[in-house]
Amino acid sequence: MADPVLKSDIQLKAVDLRIDDVSASYGDHRVLNHINLDVRPGEFFALLGPSGCGKTTLLRTIAGFAQAEAGRIVVGGNDISRLPPWKRDVGMVFQSYALWPHLTVARNVAFGLEERRLPRADIARRVRTALDFVGLGQLGDRRPSELSGGQQQRVALARTIAIEPKILLLDEPLSNLDAKLRIQVRRELRSLQQRLGLTTILVTHDQEEANTICDRVAVMSAGEVQQVGTPAELYEAPANLFVAQFLGTANVLEGSVVSTGSGRVFESSGGLRFPVAAEAQVPDGARMVFRPQDTSIVTSDTPGAGVISGKIVYREFLGSTLRYGIQAGNTDLYVDAPFKTGVRPLTPGDPVSVSIAETSVKWLPA
Amino acid sequence: MSALARRIGAIPLLGSIGTGRATAGQIALALGILIFLVLFLVWPVATVIWVAFTEKGTGTFTLVNFYDFARTDLFARAFWNSFYVSAMAVVIASAFALPLAYITSRFAFRGAAIIQILGFLPLIMPPFVGAVALQLFFGRNGSVNLLLDDWFGFKVPFMDGLNGVVFVQSIHYFPFILINLSAALRNIDRSMEEAAQNLGSSGFRLFRRIVFPLALPGYVAGASLVFVKVFDDLATPLLLNVKDMLAPQAYLRVTSIGITDPMGYVISVVLIVTSVAAMWASSLATRNIDYATVQRGGGGLVRRRLKPWETAVAYAVITFILLLVLAPHFGLLLLSFATIWSFSPLPDAYTTAHYIRVFGESSLYIKNTLIYASLAGLIDIVVGTSIAYLVLRTKLPGRISLDTIATAALAIPGIVLGIGYLRAYYGVQLWDGTPLASLWIIIVLALAIRRLPYALRACHAALQQISVSLEEAAENLGATKIRTVRRIVIPLMTGGLAAGFVTSFATAAVELSATLMLVQSNADAPLSYGLYVFMQSPAGRGAGAALGVIAVVIVAASTVLSQLLVERDRRSKARHS
Repeated sequence: MADPVLKSDIQLKAVDLRIDDVSASYGDHRVLNHINLDVRPGEFFALLGPSGCGKTTLLRTIAGFAQAEAGRIVVGGNDISRLPPWKRDVGMVFQSYALWPHLTVARNVAFGLEERRLPRADIARRVRTALDFVGLGQLGDRRPSELSGGQQQRVALARTIAIEPKILLLDEPLSNLDAKLRIQVRRELRSLQQRLGLTTILVTHDQEEANTICDRVAVMSAGEVQQVGTPAELYEAPANLFVAQFLGTANVLEGSVVSTGSGRVFESSGGLRFPVAAEAQVPDGARMVFRPQDTSIVTSDTPGAGVISGKIVYREFLGSTLRYGIQAGNTDLYVDAPFKTGVRPLTPGDPVSVSIAETSVKWLPA
Repeated sequence: MSALARRIGAIPLLGSIGTGRATAGQIALALGILIFLVLFLVWPVATVIWVAFTEKGTGTFTLVNFYDFARTDLFARAFWNSFYVSAMAVVIASAFALPLAYITSRFAFRGAAIIQILGFLPLIMPPFVGAVALQLFFGRNGSVNLLLDDWFGFKVPFMDGLNGVVFVQSIHYFPFILINLSAALRNIDRSMEEAAQNLGSSGFRLFRRIVFPLALPGYVAGASLVFVKVFDDLATPLLLNVKDMLAPQAYLRVTSIGITDPMGYVISVVLIVTSVAAMWASSLATRNIDYATVQRGGGGLVRRRLKPWETAVAYAVITFILLLVLAPHFGLLLLSFATIWSFSPLPDAYTTAHYIRVFGESSLYIKNTLIYASLAGLIDIVVGTSIAYLVLRTKLPGRISLDTIATAALAIPGIVLGIGYLRAYYGVQLWDGTPLASLWIIIVLALAIRRLPYALRACHAALQQISVSLEEAAENLGATKIRTVRRIVIPLMTGGLAAGFVTSFATAAVELSATLMLVQSNADAPLSYGLYVFMQSPAGRGAGAALGVIAVVIVAASTVLSQLLVERDRRSKARHS
């Protein structure tokens, strides 16, 4: 399974990573609260969340730069939580890349190998292989400042894989690149990771980044893991309101379910009524959650079950879709409609009826 | 040239926002400045170089003067002494600065505030003033050696000969290394260190391979500055009665043999070449490498808490250096109030007679100093602002050269400028026959030229902060260029200009190298010269010390004032933006 470029010069093994009840604080402030995660061998795993959610602290705890006050970090069966950073063999690509400006590209890559006191010939061979692997074999004599942002990142990656790390940590790897390059680099990153076969943890606040390149994602907020799953699972079946609203746009109505003669009906606090499917599990004090694209605008003026009437307040052109802001009573809703060339879009002030597919509604506890 | 001068090269790009064609006013301004710089910087220095390379009397080109210089034992020794003293001063100053910089940048430490004070305290006292006071404590018969002799029966030659110069200069100049090195360490991003740890490096290896190389440019910048300052200094060796160094030799040749003797000029050229070489070496060491690696939100190196015994060591180091740094201040203060202080650890009795004498018969020195330093400061900000304006706001051809010429004054030692003025203007006579070089205004001009590079940077920074759109708005509303400058630009620059003025004023107030060459009569002498004269005789030391205290107070007050001005200016700008 060795990559043709890596050959036998750089040997990488996929191992599992277990975060076992890890907690950490800055002073009185709890930044990680009983984190448990299992990352499978070779998996590309994302820690996703808004800034301040603890994702970077968790990554730094794995690398040994932040101290956990409780819990264990187990890599391939070995507990590394008591080791200093330089003994962990956990490769990290820093957000800033952290290439040392006083060393050439090749010397940067050689650094970790020199620290390991490898024979000079081995170092030279591994440096060449690592740089070839990231496609920068010709630039070994350059200074980091002479490289583009994308090239610098690849040097940082080469520097990390040269030491044959057990796992790979990527801290916001795309944040220092401009928007166009970002899409290209994230594809490259995915393909490099697949070739390496290394268990990889990526930290990001950008859901698109996590969704496009990672096998599984842990959504974090306020120092806790909110949900773990594949991108589609998280989007389709958010475990709580935070996940629902953090991944994409969601309409959330608060209210309660009442039983009527013809079945159960959800009454929102804004006075909207909506039938509840017979098989749906609805917790007490329910929240009704649905995505803008799971609604449709019905032109016929027939108020019926599952149809909400209101008027358009604003319109945003998003390219392939139009997003309407709709006011129904004192409730605001987002409704998406496909943009079709030649079809006149609705304009603010137009009265409108919106139907919501019963099966796409997700019920969450309040 | 220096990093400063290199940065100037980048300015045309930034300055290209200015208006189209040069106006007559701009051309007149530029010509005025050019004439000023040529008359009082280029011409005197060129004269010195010309004399050094020509045969006395005939004016034909020759290298024989340099041959004589190299062949004369005294000069060869003076050269090596100057070199040795400068190099040793760098070594000792580094020994003071390195631990302090390391403690502040690597550890969370309460004593860091003391270290910051240590970083400027020595600079408010001119080194030649401190020299006298240090001799009282550390001289052959100073307090420390008397006590050592009493208790242990031996003495340490801290202040004997070249040792004394090294000792005084390193205490005075180590802040230059401390400030530059601390800044360099502060600018290292935490991720630089963490990346090394992540790849398996730790402890001293990490320091040697990553932290030290990244901080090196800052250290080199500070060290080369110390080297140049010590190499050029005239007053400190003279006051310590060390004559076989280059600057004192140049002074003695010119004052005792006369301004036609070529040796003073040869030495001047050697001084200039050494200055330029040191600055060039420093820029070479920092070339191509902008090592400031701090990222937004990054923060500097990780600081760890000190263990109790480490805290004790840190405080011991700081206390030791603090005592050394305060020694000249204390010594001077004691001496200024002492009746007699000789062969005893402390003075015999105390008196205010020295201050009465200084404020009475010698108040002329203080008055002269205030006038000279104010005028020099004023000239500096006027010329500095004009150059900054031409560089940043116009497209006048050659405007960068004005900046370069003014900045080149950095490489000209005070004594060289002094000799140059004497040679260039002694023959020029006024209507009543007095030589131009003997007028007190010449001293002011020398002071202004010496401080101009620093003032120019201050003015440049002050103007750069003002958005061009503020000026364009004024022009849009009907103000002419000149009125825009007067009503918008100057008021907005006030804070920066005031700080620049105060800095020029404070350093000009205690200048001695050029002054020593140019003072022709006691009536025209400034404070630093008076101090020098007083210190020549044992009877004058008390009064000299009193003058020294006054000098320190002037400089300290100016330094505080300039900090306040900068701070207030910064805050008011922050409020408005």
